[in-house]
Amino acid sequence: MSEPIDRGRRRFLAVSLSVSGALLIGLRSARADDNEVPAALLGDDLTQLGPFIRIERDNRVVIGARGCEIGQGVMTALPMLVAEELDVDWSQVRVIQLPYGYVETDQGASNRYGDQGAGGSTSVRDGWKELRQAGATARWLLVQAAAGEWNLPADKLRTEAGQVIAPDGRKLTYGALARSAAAIDLPATPPPLKSSDQFHIIGRPTRVADARDIVTGRSEYGIDAYTAGALIAVMLRCPYLDGTLDTLEDSDARRVAGVRDVIRIPGPKPDEPFRAQLADGIAVLADNTWAAIQGRNALKVSWKQGPWSKESTGALAAKANELLDKNEDGVVVRRDGEMDKPKKQARYKVQARYEMPFLAHATMETPGALIDLRQDSALLVASLQSPDGASEMISSLTGIPRKSIEIRMTRAGGGFGRRLENDFVGEAVLIAKAAGKPVKLIWTRDDDLQHDFYRPFGVHALAATLDRKKKVTSWSHYCAATPRPYRENGRKRRISDGCLEPDDFPAGLVANLDKTFFGVASGMPRGWWRAPIHTFHAFSVQSFVDEIAVATKHDAVKLRLEMLGEPRQIPYSGHGGPTFDTGRLANVLRLCADRIGWGVKRDDGHGIGIACHFTFGGYSAHAFEVSMEGRELRIHRAVVVVDIGRVVNPLGVEAQMMGGTIDAISTALHLAITVRDGEVQQKNFPDYPLLKMAEAPQSVDVHIVESTADPSGAGEIGVPSAAPALANAIYAATTVRVRKLPLMPELMRKL
Amino acid sequence: MQNPTERRPAAAPAAAPKRSATPVAPLAIAINGKPYEHDGDPSMPLLWFLRDTLRLTGTKFGCGVGACGACTVLVDGKAARSCLLPMQNAAGHQITTIEGLAGDSLHPVQQAWIEEDVPQCGYCQAGQIVAAVDLLQRKPKPNDEDIATISNLCRCGTYPRIRKAILRAAESIQAQKK
Repeated sequence: MSEPIDRGRRRFLAVSLSVSGALLIGLRSARADDNEVPAALLGDDLTQLGPFIRIERDNRVVIGARGCEIGQGVMTALPMLVAEELDVDWSQVRVIQLPYGYVETDQGASNRYGDQGAGGSTSVRDGWKELRQAGATARWLLVQAAAGEWNLPADKLRTEAGQVIAPDGRKLTYGALARSAAAIDLPATPPPLKSSDQFHIIGRPTRVADARDIVTGRSEYGIDAYTAGALIAVMLRCPYLDGTLDTLEDSDARRVAGVRDVIRIPGPKPDEPFRAQLADGIAVLADNTWAAIQGRNALKVSWKQGPWSKESTGALAAKANELLDKNEDGVVVRRDGEMDKPKKQARYKVQARYEMPFLAHATMETPGALIDLRQDSALLVASLQSPDGASEMISSLTGIPRKSIEIRMTRAGGGFGRRLENDFVGEAVLIAKAAGKPVKLIWTRDDDLQHDFYRPFGVHALAATLDRKKKVTSWSHYCAATPRPYRENGRKRRISDGCLEPDDFPAGLVANLDKTFFGVASGMPRGWWRAPIHTFHAFSVQSFVDEIAVATKHDAVKLRLEMLGEPRQIPYSGHGGPTFDTGRLANVLRLCADRIGWGVKRDDGHGIGIACHFTFGGYSAHAFEVSMEGRELRIHRAVVVVDIGRVVNPLGVEAQMMGGTIDAISTALHLAITVRDGEVQQKNFPDYPLLKMAEAPQSVDVHIVESTADPSGAGEIGVPSAAPALANAIYAATTVRVRKLPLMPELMRKL
Repeated sequence: MQNPTERRPAAAPAAAPKRSATPVAPLAIAINGKPYEHDGDPSMPLLWFLRDTLRLTGTKFGCGVGACGACTVLVDGKAARSCLLPMQNAAGHQITTIEGLAGDSLHPVQQAWIEEDVPQCGYCQAGQIVAAVDLLQRKPKPNDEDIATISNLCRCGTYPRIRKAILRAAESIQAQKK
């Protein structure tokens, strides 16, 4: 998750001309000097192009994309917001990636582009007002310039496709007006934004802005950056959780052709706050990646176990179940009403436990970083999700002030929360410091799977009581898990944060509710994994609703709708709040049920399952139609219905829902990270088998609810309700209830 | 200020072989129609020669064990995982990378990828496109099962759009032939 944004930080627009006469418009902190354009905004070099908008003399428009593009589509959606209010044709627009925009003035630190991180599905939500405002202000200046040119009142002029048009039909292009527009003072109050019926870019299906670069191999990712004089580094890290180096013999490694150095990078002490690297290790530096890998292979090393030598997945599961059985000293996450009376009066009692594995992020591009430390400045090129965090980390490790740290952002080969941690940046800095040279650190796949910040492991124990009318009268959700907070660095999180959300369904809908958390001690690093919290507990909640329906011979969709009740707003304190609209969730559920053909009697042995969830301001429902053919699961149909408010780019949202659904299927069917004797057991894709095309549904039926509500993000909402819908479908097809993920090994065991 | 991370092809690193005293004749290899020589470790996989030596970075590293397909290139027109192909075996062959697919205009597969809006993070797509080019050479009218033989991994879950793009490219190639 990104840090909460400082909402009090006022920003407005800064305008200037570049040396080539292009009009530059961007957000700048109100505390920055208003009259002076930062030198970094001038010039044609893309790395130095500061603001969002540059209008060339030939009327082409360059729009800077401020976010971290990790596949969620911000390189396209954010510039669309700017272009809409600027009132240009999308075909005039060329999109470029902006660098990290940290600036310091006498008034303090800020970012000239606003929030650039990627986490919590917030990019579009945050950009919705700011970036449209940037476009609208630029348009206002251009109109003022035309008004001056023609000696006409500005309110008689209109704009269209990058031109200002006078009532008599005369036209001036933005390119012709840019120079005089830049000399005009900014408006005293923000110019009005378009009404939605004037939108011609927002809401229109728009292809990935830089797709041509991607399909021709020209798009730059962090791993593609090289710099003169840099050595390639790979690291050998201690395979044991918090273990340490015992003996090292590196003479063979140093003899490998191309190897230049072998450097010890000591690890952190157990329980020390996380500041840079995750593990004790040795870096091998070489002229090229292959030599570095060969050098690493030639290291003769023995390691000492750390304090977690007995940690294993089996022991963690046993401990979690023991804590749930004992039910002592749990952390209260939320309690409403009372639990005893409903239990005594219950007509039905249902309970079940669900086990969730550790998960790795397995971004297709492994972590890595190119770092060049100079006397009093630094350059970082890397695939990032948290450039703020990277900048802070480099500064804290080197003493170089943040304003002297340049970060060039690239496309990232997936994020999924992995790059919210900057351990790979920290390692690269430590290596470069020791080597006295620029360093490009490469992680291999085994590094990635063995040294991740994993989604927590845990067991959920759910219990519910129902009365004679099959109304849920009490609900308890006890969770025992390896807590998400891990070696916290200054931040105070509750131990339950990241595993159990107080206000998630059915909180506020069942009068008597008990949510309690138990921490299971573990040496495994834990982090945020796409739709964190939600992918971790929605499987248990939405599987359990299905179990209640089966146990009480009730319809699983009707039961959910009855629990949701009348459409209303109820308080929601978690990310995506402050309210949760029961009507919007009921609506996506109903639509999804219709599309999959819920309630139709079948005689083909196919099973249908459904689930719904609220995540980060969005509402989703998934349904699947599946069957077993021998020991193989066939997914015949996949349906997802979402309501994420107004949609900026329907083609992008459809991609996120299709991709999120497939990512969820991939994860639910096969993926688990296991630990044995203090060591992660998975090493590469053969042990961590992402779904291949042959197993994926041929298509995903995506339905996006039309809405005029302000947009929420799309990157994560497509995931949480998919796994429970799939498990519910498998139950419908086989009558086997799978309560442990991943599904396939457990299903095979139970069949 | 100069761009400090220029991506121009750099000269092959001047790695003085420390292990073997006997000089080895450079390996000759043709990449995207141009001749190159490799005088480093003959067991270095083609992937790292492309990336580290030639700075042809469109071919991606994903797993190093031939499991994910991000490094797929064409060797004499056939798809191969370049992370497992040592330079000594690649030498003497014609290699085509993602950078070499387009002529004056994009390859129909690349064009179809844009039209079907396939990429999300985009990292695996060079490998997927090269695998699709290979498939369409062998199966000009692929059915669903043929397409599903492509085993390249995509964590973003773009498979349904990859399927559509391959069918679109197949049609476009057929139409060009007529």
